[in-house]
Amino acid sequence: MLREGEIRIPSGCAISGIVNKQGVRFSGRDVIKSIALMHDRSNGLGGGFAAYGIYPEYAEHYAFHMYYDDITIKDYTEEFLSSRFNIAESHEIPTKKVASIKNSPIVWRYFVKPKSEFIDEDCGCDEFVMKIVMMINAKFDGAFVASSGKNMGAFKGVGYPEEIGEFFRLDEYKGYIWTSHGRFPTNTPGWWGGAHPFTLLDWSIVHNGEISSYGANKRYLEMFGYQLSLQTDTEAITYAFDLLVRKHGLDIETACSVLAPPFWRNMERMEPAKKEMYTALRAVYGNLLLNGPFSIILGTSKGIVALNDRIKLRPLVAATKGDNLYVSSEESAIREICPSPDNVWTPKGGEPVIGMLEKEETRDAYQYATA
Amino acid sequence: MPISMQLPDYLVDRDPNRCITCKVCVNQCANDVHHWDKDVDSVIAEEEKCVNCHRCVIYCPTHALKIRRNPTEYKENHYWNSSTIRGIDRQAEGGGVLLTGMGTDKPIPIYWDRLFLNASQVTNPSIDPLREPMEIRTYLGSKPDNVIIKDGKLIKELPPQLVLDAPIMFGALSFGAISLSAVKSLAKAATDCGVMWNTGEGGLHRDVYEYGKNCIVQVASGRFGVDAEYLNAGSAIEIKIGQGAKPGIGGHLPGEKVGEEVSKTRMIPVGSDAISPAPHHDIYSIEDLRQLIYALKEATRYTKPVSVKVSAVHNVAAIASGIVRAGADIVAIDGVRGGTGAAPLRTRDSVGIPAELALAAVDSRLRQEGIRNQASLVIAGGIRNSSDIVKAIALGADACYIGTAALITMGCRMCQTCYTGKCNWGICTQDPKLVKRLNPEIGAQRLTNLIHAWSHEIKELLGGMGINALESLRGNRLMLRGVGLSETEYRILGILPAGE
Repeated sequence: MLREGEIRIPSGCAISGIVNKQGVRFSGRDVIKSIALMHDRSNGLGGGFAAYGIYPEYAEHYAFHMYYDDITIKDYTEEFLSSRFNIAESHEIPTKKVASIKNSPIVWRYFVKPKSEFIDEDCGCDEFVMKIVMMINAKFDGAFVASSGKNMGAFKGVGYPEEIGEFFRLDEYKGYIWTSHGRFPTNTPGWWGGAHPFTLLDWSIVHNGEISSYGANKRYLEMFGYQLSLQTDTEAITYAFDLLVRKHGLDIETACSVLAPPFWRNMERMEPAKKEMYTALRAVYGNLLLNGPFSIILGTSKGIVALNDRIKLRPLVAATKGDNLYVSSEESAIREICPSPDNVWTPKGGEPVIGMLEKEETRDAYQYATA
Repeated sequence: MPISMQLPDYLVDRDPNRCITCKVCVNQCANDVHHWDKDVDSVIAEEEKCVNCHRCVIYCPTHALKIRRNPTEYKENHYWNSSTIRGIDRQAEGGGVLLTGMGTDKPIPIYWDRLFLNASQVTNPSIDPLREPMEIRTYLGSKPDNVIIKDGKLIKELPPQLVLDAPIMFGALSFGAISLSAVKSLAKAATDCGVMWNTGEGGLHRDVYEYGKNCIVQVASGRFGVDAEYLNAGSAIEIKIGQGAKPGIGGHLPGEKVGEEVSKTRMIPVGSDAISPAPHHDIYSIEDLRQLIYALKEATRYTKPVSVKVSAVHNVAAIASGIVRAGADIVAIDGVRGGTGAAPLRTRDSVGIPAELALAAVDSRLRQEGIRNQASLVIAGGIRNSSDIVKAIALGADACYIGTAALITMGCRMCQTCYTGKCNWGICTQDPKLVKRLNPEIGAQRLTNLIHAWSHEIKELLGGMGINALESLRGNRLMLRGVGLSETEYRILGILPAGE
């Protein structure tokens, strides 16, 4: 049977995410509780989390979360990594025995900076790291980069999300953004790398849906040098954001309007400048339009964006309480951790819910409490 | 030897119990098949002249007429079959090149029919086009790599684009080859449907300048009817290098067809043969093409996309890449099944490659080179129905040209004798008596019906796949599976076999 990454596997899911707009860092306990409530939306074949702000002591280093099948590929990959990067710190990611979590890979963490000889005007640090990540994921059999951003990390595997959270001891981390995912693949032997979130550099995506435009999205992205080695929608969505925002300089909201653009008939009613802009975006980036059902939460160090497909074929609810923004597949999963939100709403199809940080510095929740 | 070895291709069966000797058939047949014999007061048929165009059959008020293939068999022979023998007979008697019309009738593999589309089941929902928006609008033209936006405004506007309400255009059918009635039908229908029609190399008749907004004006090797006004009258310009039905050769409109109107429109003397050279004599290489593309862009002040149409030949992927790099905004590829008003039979049936393979190869090549967005890809040559279009788009086309299907819509019965100028349906003729038979209003209405019907069908197929915007299907070969193809064909088409 082919492993995920060698074959495309459709799946249904649960997603949940929290951001504190003041950059206050809090434990992973809440997000685990939220996603756990939606237990029946997953089937134990995939769960995961992305957290931002968890490595303040290495905030300027790229944090590589690596999964290895065995020690041989680990040695081989480490040799490669140390030839390309200065490694400030490397250690096993602490885990806890959980009865239901079996066959876990070797999970290792590295804080690195690219060696200066590889960096020039054409290839900045981000570009270089991206190339290395793609190379490892495509060509290093048995090694997988789970995440590679600064001051962030992805924790994912085969199991129910609450079990994965326990396994990785996420209650011991503090972040100002947490996103989570519970997976219901229709057909899979289960592979740790195939779980969500999918990440690239600063980006992370958790996603519920099956993109019917995948073939078109993939071939368009390939033209711009992306290698879609995992054959997952999530990977395609991540690369789409990377291309639009990091490489082509669009803002997040405009990028969302590429992925879930206004209908032509609605564009007809726009004022001329706006109509011209949306027409150009759609004419040029039409192949990036995400079709079919999806709800996604995009995480970046600057905030989160939640987005539905244009005709809302997957659930997505949002709520606010103070400086916190919650987004989730179900309202119940928000109320589980925030019983009386200030505001709860169901975003329209194609209408992004954006929660960006309001300041640059971040701090821990207990400092906030004592201040 | 007898004067002719040729047997009639068709026999005319006239039911004497039904025939009322009304002579409609006599009046309708431009091939002079039917004659009224006053001595016996009955209608007789000169069957050698019958081309099986159905004009008499459809107009016979008592349904007294049937046309059937001449049942006389040659001695059974798989190799030396009847059409081969008849071809030799014709040449033995006439000494000329065998001429024919329409696209090839040979059993070339039909890849469209080996491709199957996907549909959504359980893991994602199909979308009902009667309840949800379903978008098939298409922009043709060069797209930049990225869009630059500042303060919510577009900084650099897009290169000129053609906007189509459906991914269907009427292919090049020139005035001269087809009648003015047919041209008007196409022009009006394209305008009513928000799609494009194409002048072919016959120039733009004064009466259809009003349909210029929905017109692609063609510049072919004969340059007929080309001047600054003509170039600026349409919304796009197409340089015709080749045609699927006759790759590598030019065109020949006999002087008999060049009457007053054709003469004025093509800007040639009445009665003179209109001969398009095989190559453009100012394009002997790719860099020459670039000069013509930019000459045309200069002449229209960069306000119109320039298309380059080539026939699908062996090296079509590399040729298409060169065309894009030469500055074309649209590349049109015409496959081996493409139609024609007149072509040498041997060229039509054996030169070029099927559109499906050419399309897949070109789309893949342009993507590998990272230039697919620099030009739109239009495919032509045997598009029969809406599912062919959907499959073409999944393989990578932006839009399709239809020619033969449009002619059938106007009444063509595919008798393949367009080159005789005696089209009984008033389509492929300049005989004023015959041209009158096609009412442009009715022709346009039927074409509009066809475009609307196909648009509905395209939307149904899209919705079934869980897609509500055509751009999500473009190049989405995961939506296709094949049956009964070779490994090599799967590789070229870039699709998986059904079951995988």
